[in-house]
Amino acid sequence: MTATQERPSDEVEREIGRDRRRKEDQRLITGRTRWTDNITLPGMLHLAMVRSPFAHATITSIDTSAAKQATNVVAVLTGADFGEELGVCINAWPITPDQVTPNHSPMPSDRVAFAGEIVAVVVARSAAEARDAAELVDVEYDELPAALDLKDAAADTVLAHPDLGTNKSALWVFDSGEAGTGGAVEDAISKARGDGIVIEREYRQQRLIPAFMEPRSVVVDPTGEQYVMYSATQIPHILRFALAATTGVPESKIRVIAPDVGGGFGGKLQVTPEEWIAWAVGRRLGKPVKYTETRSESLVSGHHGRDQWQKLTLAAEKDGTVTGLKVELLADLGAYVAIVGGGVPVLGAFMFNSIYKFPAYHFAVQTVLTNKTWTDAYRGAGRPEATYAIERLMDELAAEVGVDPLEVREKNWIKHEEFPFTTVAGLEYDSGNYEAATARAKEMLGYDELRAEQAARRASGDRVQLGIGTSTFTEMCGLAPSRVLGSLDYGAGGWEHASVRMLATGKVEVVTGASAHGQGHETAFSQIVADRLGVAFEDVEILHGDTQVAPKGLDTYGSRSLVVGGEALVKAADKVIEKAKPIAAHLLEASADDLEFAGGRFSVRGTDQGMAIGEVALATFAAHNLPDGVEPSLDSEATYDPVNFNFPHGTHLCAMEVDTETGELTMRKYVCCDDIGNIINPLIVSGQVHGGLVQGIAQALWEEAVYDDAGTLVSGSFVDYLLPTAADTISFEIDHTTSPSLTNTLGTKGVGEAGTIASTPAVVNAVVDALRPMGVTDIQMPCTPERVWKAIQGAGSGGATEGAAMPHFESGGEMGNQEQPGTSSTEGAGA
Amino acid sequence: MTRISLTVDGARVSDDVEPRMLLVQYLRERLGKTGTVIGCDTSNCGACTVHLNGSSVKSCNVLAVQADGGEVTTIEGLAQDGQLHPVQEAFRECHGLQCGYCTPGMIMQSVDLLNTNPNPSEQEIRVGLEGNLCRCTGYHNIVKAVQHAAGQGATS
Amino acid sequence: MIPAQFDYMAPTSVEDALAALAEHGDDAKIIAGGQSLLPVLRMRLNAPEMIIDLGRIESLRGIRDDGDAIVIGAMTPHAVVGSDPLVAEHAALISKAVEHLADAQIRHRGTFGGALAHADPAGDLGAPALALGAEFVIQGSGGTRTVAADDFFVDLFETAIGDDEILTEVRVPKHTGWGAHYEKFVRVAHQWPIVAVAATVRADGGTIAEARVGLTNMGSTPLRARATEAALAGQPATEDGVRAAAEQAAEGTNPPSDLNGEADYRRHLARVLTRRAVVAAAGG
Repeated sequence: MTATQERPSDEVEREIGRDRRRKEDQRLITGRTRWTDNITLPGMLHLAMVRSPFAHATITSIDTSAAKQATNVVAVLTGADFGEELGVCINAWPITPDQVTPNHSPMPSDRVAFAGEIVAVVVARSAAEARDAAELVDVEYDELPAALDLKDAAADTVLAHPDLGTNKSALWVFDSGEAGTGGAVEDAISKARGDGIVIEREYRQQRLIPAFMEPRSVVVDPTGEQYVMYSATQIPHILRFALAATTGVPESKIRVIAPDVGGGFGGKLQVTPEEWIAWAVGRRLGKPVKYTETRSESLVSGHHGRDQWQKLTLAAEKDGTVTGLKVELLADLGAYVAIVGGGVPVLGAFMFNSIYKFPAYHFAVQTVLTNKTWTDAYRGAGRPEATYAIERLMDELAAEVGVDPLEVREKNWIKHEEFPFTTVAGLEYDSGNYEAATARAKEMLGYDELRAEQAARRASGDRVQLGIGTSTFTEMCGLAPSRVLGSLDYGAGGWEHASVRMLATGKVEVVTGASAHGQGHETAFSQIVADRLGVAFEDVEILHGDTQVAPKGLDTYGSRSLVVGGEALVKAADKVIEKAKPIAAHLLEASADDLEFAGGRFSVRGTDQGMAIGEVALATFAAHNLPDGVEPSLDSEATYDPVNFNFPHGTHLCAMEVDTETGELTMRKYVCCDDIGNIINPLIVSGQVHGGLVQGIAQALWEEAVYDDAGTLVSGSFVDYLLPTAADTISFEIDHTTSPSLTNTLGTKGVGEAGTIASTPAVVNAVVDALRPMGVTDIQMPCTPERVWKAIQGAGSGGATEGAAMPHFESGGEMGNQEQPGTSSTEGAGA
Repeated sequence: MTRISLTVDGARVSDDVEPRMLLVQYLRERLGKTGTVIGCDTSNCGACTVHLNGSSVKSCNVLAVQADGGEVTTIEGLAQDGQLHPVQEAFRECHGLQCGYCTPGMIMQSVDLLNTNPNPSEQEIRVGLEGNLCRCTGYHNIVKAVQHAAGQGATS
Repeated sequence: MIPAQFDYMAPTSVEDALAALAEHGDDAKIIAGGQSLLPVLRMRLNAPEMIIDLGRIESLRGIRDDGDAIVIGAMTPHAVVGSDPLVAEHAALISKAVEHLADAQIRHRGTFGGALAHADPAGDLGAPALALGAEFVIQGSGGTRTVAADDFFVDLFETAIGDDEILTEVRVPKHTGWGAHYEKFVRVAHQWPIVAVAATVRADGGTIAEARVGLTNMGSTPLRARATEAALAGQPATEDGVRAAAEQAAEGTNPPSDLNGEADYRRHLARVLTRRAVVAAAGG
């Protein structure tokens, strides 16, 4: 038969690098979606949670009798009703062997440790009836003193968990002198105190809330041989493992499905009390159950992010050459150590030195338990905190030396010809070109023109001052080489799995262990496979997010899907080609050694004989005429464990106008030139960059989870937790330089977190840059107009946020104005 | 229970509902119109935006009984005869969505915006979408999509 | 989240609505557009037993010219008010404020009277209503009475409307030819104003003949900046001419302290925004 030519390589554009429109979109733009909350099963019951209003209290009694009598209520259950059947929420990363880790019951029966913790669950035939009955559950509490302020908690003034005897969970240290990767930082600092420059600052990484748009939802169906859990999660595979490990159900009896998932940003990288409770209730009652959180519940009980105090000491010579960096962090874990938990600041430990050639480096983080919502990964996880600190410090150093912020950076950064470069934190950066990205970004911004305008506004004393903020960031992403994770005591590896199934009809089913929730995997992965196998983009189907379809995987976070999961795809596709080759040779009556594969076609060298891989697939399916001893299948799988992280970098520049009369900030322009290696789909990359930028900008300007002095989350709805809208943001100018990564065959680097990591310091640097002539050297995040105004008035970095919400809803008027729990924010040079 | 009758995406429907039932619940739970979603409880996010009698409303902030006798269009009724609405097409063309959760509301509000102002400036688009939150896109490509739909030459 | 159970009725006349209100008393709550009430019910901060919906009373909708005033029906949606030519011509300050009120979806549903009766001091309509000297027409079983704007706002979420009464319309004295500006200060667009200033000015040549200034969110009710108004008369309609008068804008205010700003900062904002609003209203 004559070979059909599906995609001759010389005629068809390569898929990689094309701005393909997304396969995912047709369903999403027409409302044909499968969010977990859409799922309805026969006889399904609905859950409502009864949550503690107190941050810390002993539960003295729970009276469920009235609730049990309410209409259509099936059961009202407490932690005591379940006992060990409930399982526990796990911490997968004890960062030190002696880490103090409180037991985390999904529904404690004796004591609550944060406001919002679940103490009882109501099961009813409708969600409304469950909520009605939840109002009838009568819980008596004895309130306990709450550990709320991070610094106070670190001093063990009040204990978050009295039985543990301390709030200090773990102290994790890296020292370049001890590790042999650099000198002793104290020597560098003392020398600089004598004849150099020492910059000492304290920065606050405020508490943030991931605030994915789809509230979390979980459905448990216990009616089949497998218990099925549908969950709005980023991590179906880890979730299945944790359910098996903590609730005693064999892993083989558990199927976890992450259907359409509406955003995560790390916020759905968790195993949650709500999932565990739904699991236990479903098993107990033998009926399908559903729980969907409200936005208020989401904000108070889904994990938060950031929340650090950063004490920083940078040593340099008089000319601005850096000689040492010392980082001492306090990190708020909240009430429990979440799944990654204290690992989040550790992920930043290798990044404070960033792109600069520090000869000495010391990092220490003390993780601390408090009576607040638990914290865990939020977009960037550890690296935004590190990047913020170093990029703010480099601006301070530039000011001290009296040079342009980019000049002091260039003096210290790794030159492009110095790659690969082993840093003082012990990482090997494979590739990069900071000079090129910076030159391009300056050109895009019109750097020199804006500097001139800034000078003119300063000279004329304009009411509106202009600032230019710089961030020359790098990050480590692609979590992660399993051996590295093992050396850091992480509880799992960092590989990813893929399989490729060649269907008889010429279609290709690709199964990935990465679980997308908006990233566009179906499109980008199709492009990779289409190129590798030489099949049409449209003929590739990506399957994911169901442990029965994609049984192996480690899910999606840490900018790993493409650089780890994508590489697994490549390896699986290559195996398909290897398996197809002897069959093709047999069918073409040629020697396998004479075959070459290109553009989806096996050809016999030196002849016009050939056949497409789809034809080989059909012949393999029929299996009528295969070589002796060859199995009738081309399907292949691969598990890829990366050898190293990869290190995207870029230069971000922000021009900000500051109304010095009101403190109002107006972003004038934001440009960035990122180096993320080879790009699979520029359209998807642009979306990742834009969205990342706004999340980082939002930390700088708007978002903060604020608690009052009773431990109540004041910013507990979208009225007070301020997400920016289209009207608050601008259009961005983005571009790329390309230094392909050397740690994977596609030459790609992660992009999912880059925008968020880079943008926060660029924005704050811009605000401070505008006001530096007025004596302002720091403004605490978020840079509210009030803080900016106060800083201009000479009141330091603007102070802590007053802990009260606007009482817009009538009965909300009872909330009085309350003082912020003792945070002193006068540290830092702005004081 | 209160009897309501209305037209949803062109179909006449009639049901007994509790007065407390929100329009969005009615659409999702009674009619299976799960394309319209709920993102918050304070009417900030706009994910539940539909058209009621020709104007955009947040369907979590309308009681089903208040919509009695009305005409509702959801994201599922926007395409006509299998033909995507130009705004739907533009969102795909300009990559104006990622996770897609805010998208139904964002598209419905964009359609309303263009009905009122067929040739909006970038700033008018941004202000016109102030009642809809998106966490993925940074709004950049959403704005482009609306410009594209308005025929302002944004071809990305 | 889902509201608690309630009964519901949608009368088609004000009389029927008043009768229902009389029958159910404290257990009843009126719903107009519902844009502030429904979030309260959903979060179960309030759980009335009866909801009386004014949405089916046609006589409460619409805007009409009534000689020296324009009359806005209480159930007229914001979007209608905002695009109404009569309002734009004779009460431009209201048009300007409505333009910034909440968002498009809420302006389609929310009503002029409902927002004023809700009496959130951070609401965008109270300050313009005060500045324009609006009169509130309130109907009860005993008949109709008219309350001046100065007497309408009593406290946080509290107005002169009695428990057995309904706000039916708002009469806004014509300010034809007056310049107007609503200066709203927010951190993000979908927020209630931290502070806003509603200013309307009758300028004569380059001089301010008369000015009215209302303040949003500077106390438990919307407020008039009377000292500023008095000081503005006769001043040049320029930034420098207005500056001294605007400095008095925060006199007698008692602004809240919350996540978005402490009282002192709000007072400062009130002074700056008043200056800007007046200059803009005067066409400066």
